[in-house]
Amino acid sequence: MRDNWRSSGLRERQLSRLNAHPATIAAWTLGIALPVAFVGVFFAWPVATILGRGLFPTGALDVAGIAEVLSRPRTIRIIGFTVGLAAAATAITLLLGMPAAYALSRLKFRGRGVLRAAVLVPFVLPTVVVGIAFRTLFRGTPLDGSVLAILLALVFFNIAVVVRTVGASWESLDPRQEEAARVLGAGPVRVFVTITLRRLGPSVAAAASIVFLFCSTAFGTVLVLGGARYSTIETEIWLLTTQFLDLRAASVLSITQLLVVVALLVVTARVRGRTTSQRRSFATRRPRRADVPAVFATSAVAVALVIPLGALVQRSLQVGDGWGFGNFLALASTGSRNALTISPWTALGNSLGFAAAATGIAMLLGLVTSVLLSRRPRSPSARRGLDLLDGALMLPLGVSAVTVGFGFLITLNAPPLDLRASPILVPIAQALVATPLVVRVLLPVLRSVGSRMREAAATLGAAPWRVILTIDLGVAARAALAATGLAFTVALGEFGATTFLSRPSNATLPVVIYRLIGLPGGDNAGMAIAASVVLAVLTVAVVALIERLRVDSAGAF
Amino acid sequence: MHHSTHRVVSSAAALAAATLVLVGCAPASDAPVTLTLVTHDSFALSEGTLDQFTKATGITVEVQAAGDAGELVNKLVLTKDSPLGDVVYGIDNTFASRAVSGGVLEPYVSADVTDAEGQYLLPLGSGGEYLTPIDSGDVCVNVDHEWFAQAGIPEPKSLDDLIDPTYQGLLVVEAANSSSPGLAFLLATIAAYGDTGWQGYWTSLVANDVKIDASWSDAYNVDFSGPSSDGDRPLVVSYASSPPFEVPEGGTVAPTGALLDTCFRQTEYAGVIAGTAHPAEAKKLVDFLHSPTVQNDIPDNMYVFPVNPDAVLPEAWAKFAERATDPYNLDPAQIDANREKWIAEWAAIATP
Repeated sequence: MRDNWRSSGLRERQLSRLNAHPATIAAWTLGIALPVAFVGVFFAWPVATILGRGLFPTGALDVAGIAEVLSRPRTIRIIGFTVGLAAAATAITLLLGMPAAYALSRLKFRGRGVLRAAVLVPFVLPTVVVGIAFRTLFRGTPLDGSVLAILLALVFFNIAVVVRTVGASWESLDPRQEEAARVLGAGPVRVFVTITLRRLGPSVAAAASIVFLFCSTAFGTVLVLGGARYSTIETEIWLLTTQFLDLRAASVLSITQLLVVVALLVVTARVRGRTTSQRRSFATRRPRRADVPAVFATSAVAVALVIPLGALVQRSLQVGDGWGFGNFLALASTGSRNALTISPWTALGNSLGFAAAATGIAMLLGLVTSVLLSRRPRSPSARRGLDLLDGALMLPLGVSAVTVGFGFLITLNAPPLDLRASPILVPIAQALVATPLVVRVLLPVLRSVGSRMREAAATLGAAPWRVILTIDLGVAARAALAATGLAFTVALGEFGATTFLSRPSNATLPVVIYRLIGLPGGDNAGMAIAASVVLAVLTVAVVALIERLRVDSAGAF
Repeated sequence: MHHSTHRVVSSAAALAAATLVLVGCAPASDAPVTLTLVTHDSFALSEGTLDQFTKATGITVEVQAAGDAGELVNKLVLTKDSPLGDVVYGIDNTFASRAVSGGVLEPYVSADVTDAEGQYLLPLGSGGEYLTPIDSGDVCVNVDHEWFAQAGIPEPKSLDDLIDPTYQGLLVVEAANSSSPGLAFLLATIAAYGDTGWQGYWTSLVANDVKIDASWSDAYNVDFSGPSSDGDRPLVVSYASSPPFEVPEGGTVAPTGALLDTCFRQTEYAGVIAGTAHPAEAKKLVDFLHSPTVQNDIPDNMYVFPVNPDAVLPEAWAKFAERATDPYNLDPAQIDANREKWIAEWAAIATP
C-alpha cells in the first residue's frame, strides 16, 4: 500500500511544488552548506593537505614511492589484519548486541534504565584504564596478549553502538506484523528473519558500519591488549607519523583507510537505502517465555560489562594494603607530589564543558543533515548528492586521529582560521566523531516517517518548517534523546584528538587520568582508577537523566 | 600561571564564537610579549614558578603540550613554515639531530651553561649549537628488593645477568615501538652489545621469557611486583627516579631500586624555535628554564634530575634517588639515522 503511495501522482505533485518554493530552496541550500562547510574545513581540508605532503613531496605524485610502500609485505599484512580484526569484532558485537538491543528497547524489567545507560560506560573510559583492567583479569592466562583479548575488549567498547542504534529503531517497530505472522503459523526464527530483521535492516547496517569503523581505527586497545605485538593500520600510522615522520607511508595507509570507509559505505548504503515500514513508539512489555534467549544474552552482556568495571571499582577502593575512600578524596588535589597542573575535579568540569559544546554542535549538524537525508528528491543527481553528503559525514570515523591532528597543524595556522592554539578545536574534533553517530541513530527513524504524513500536513497548509518540527521531530524525539546521550558520552570519552589539542591548564579528565597512571607511586594509579570510576558513574547518571526527559512521541498521532 | 582562559562556548554557535575569539585576539603592537612554550606531555612545574619569570621580565608564558619527544619534534618539523611557538622544551638526545637537520631551531645555547654540564652537551653538528640541556634521567631496570629477599635469589646487576636462566620469566619491558622507555632500553642494549651483537642479546632475552608490554603504565602497574603494583614480575624497565616514589610516608628504606649498570641516559633540552617573532625574549625563557628557580622545581614535578650543578635536590631524592655513574649512551646522529631500522629489527625478534 505504501508503495502505491510512493509512486502516486499526488506525491509527485506535492514534491515538485515543495521543491519549487524559493524559501524551501533557500532552506535546503543552507541546510546542506552547514554540514558541508563543517566537514570541509575541519576534516577534508586538513586531511587532504597532510596527504598531499606525503603523496606529492615534490609537487608531483610520487608513484614509485607509493608502489614501494604498497609492495612491502608488512603493509599488506597490516591491512589484512586490520580488516579481518574489525570484521570479526563487528560480527561478535552484532551477535551479542542484537538480543540486548531487543531486551533493552522492548521489554520491561527491573534495572532496564540503569543497564541501558551502563552499556555506554565503556565509551567514556580511557582505553589505558580499560586496558589495565582487562590485563589484570587476563594476566597469567593464555588470553593475555592474544588476538582474542583484543577482540573481547573491542566488543566491550562497541556493544553500546548496537544497543543504542538498533534499539532506537526496535523501540518504534510495530509488533503487530510479527504477531500476525505468528498467528498464521510462522516459527519465531522465521518471523525474526523475514519480518523483524528486514525491517531493522537499515539500523543494523548503520550499527555495523559504525562498529566496523571504530574497530578498524582502535588504537590503545590493540596496543595494550596485544602487548604491542599486533600492528593495525591505525597503530602503524601513529608510528610512521609521530615517531618516524614517514609521511609518505603514513599517507598511503591513510588512503587505504579512506578506501575501506568508502567500500563499507557502498555496501551498507544498499541496505540503508531500503525504506522501512512506518513506525511509531510502542509500549514495552514484560518478558515472555519466547524472550528467554534475549534475556539470557542481555544478562551475559551485563556480566561482561560488570566484571571489568567491578575490577576497577575494587581497585579504586584499595588504599595501600587496606580499603577506603582515600583515592576519591584525593581527586580534589593535584596528586601526590603535584603530579598534575589541575585537580581531577577541575578536569571533570573541563570535560563536561567541552562535551556539552561538542554535543550541541553534533546535534545541530546531525539533526539538519538527518532531516535533509530523509527526504528523497526526484532528481537522481540531487539524490546522489545527498548520498555523498551522508558518506562524507561518516569519513571522520574511519580516518586516524593522528592524520586529522597533524592536518590541523599545517592548515588551521593562519587567519582567519588560526585555531591551532584555541581550545575551540577540542569540541570541534569531538563533534566530528559524534555527528555521524547522531545521523546514524536519527536517519533510520526519520526515513520511516511516512511521506504520506508529511504530504498530508503540507496539503493542510503547514509550512515546511512546521512539517519538520511537528512530524519529523515529533517522531524522532526519542531517537534524538538517544542520540544526544550517545554524542555526549562519545565526546566525554574522546581521547585521541583531545589529548592532541588540549592544553595542560584545560585538560579533560581522560587526559588527566592518562597522566596519573603514567607516574610511579601507589597514590597516583589509585587516583587514576578512582577518577575513571567517577567518569563511569557520571556517564550513567547523565544518560539516565537525558532519557528521563523522554517525550511521549507516540501520543502525537 | 597566567594562562589566558578562553571560555568554552557551550552552545551550538561554536563556529561563530571562534570567529569572535579570533577577532578579539588580534595582536596589538605595544602589548606585553606572550611567549608560547611548546613542550612534551610530561612538562609540569609548581604553580607560580613561571609567574616568577613574568614578574622579572614582564613576559607572559603560555604552555602548549605537543605529545612525546618524538611527536614534539615531528610537529615542529612539519610546522616549520608557521611555527607552533617561540621556545621548545623536551627535545631529547634521541630526537635532537632530527630537530637540527629539520632546521627548526635558532642557534642559541644559554650562556649560563658551565663546564660542569659538559657531559650533557650535544656534539657540535648534532645539536650542540642549538640546544641547552635542562634535565636528565636514566632509564634503568628497576628491582623489587622484597621479592628477591623472599625468594632467596641474588638480585641481577647487569644486562648480561638478565639473560641468565636464574632470572627466567622475571623481567617485564616496554615495547620499543610504542614506548619511549622501551626505546631507551633497546638503545642501552645496542650501546652495550654493538651494532651486530644486540640482536643476539634480544634473542636470548626472548628465550628467557621477557614480557613485552605496550606502555610504561602497563608494565609498571600490571606486571611489576613492586609495592604500588599488582603484578608478579620483580624486574621492570623504568626510571632511576622511580624508587623514591615507592618509599612510604616516613619510610627509611626504599622497597625498590634501580640497577645502575643497565641504564640509558636521556637528556632533555630547550631551544629557541626558528622563525619566532620574539627571539630576544625567547632566549630569556631558555635561560630561565636553566636557572636554579626552575631547576630546583624539576625533580618533584617531572621526575628527572636537573642538569644545573647549582640546583638543590629535594630531601627524598637526595636520600633515595640514585644515578648511573657510567650510563650507556649513543651518538644522537647515529640514533636518528638508524631508529627505523633498529625498531623494525627489534620487532622481528621481540614480537614475532
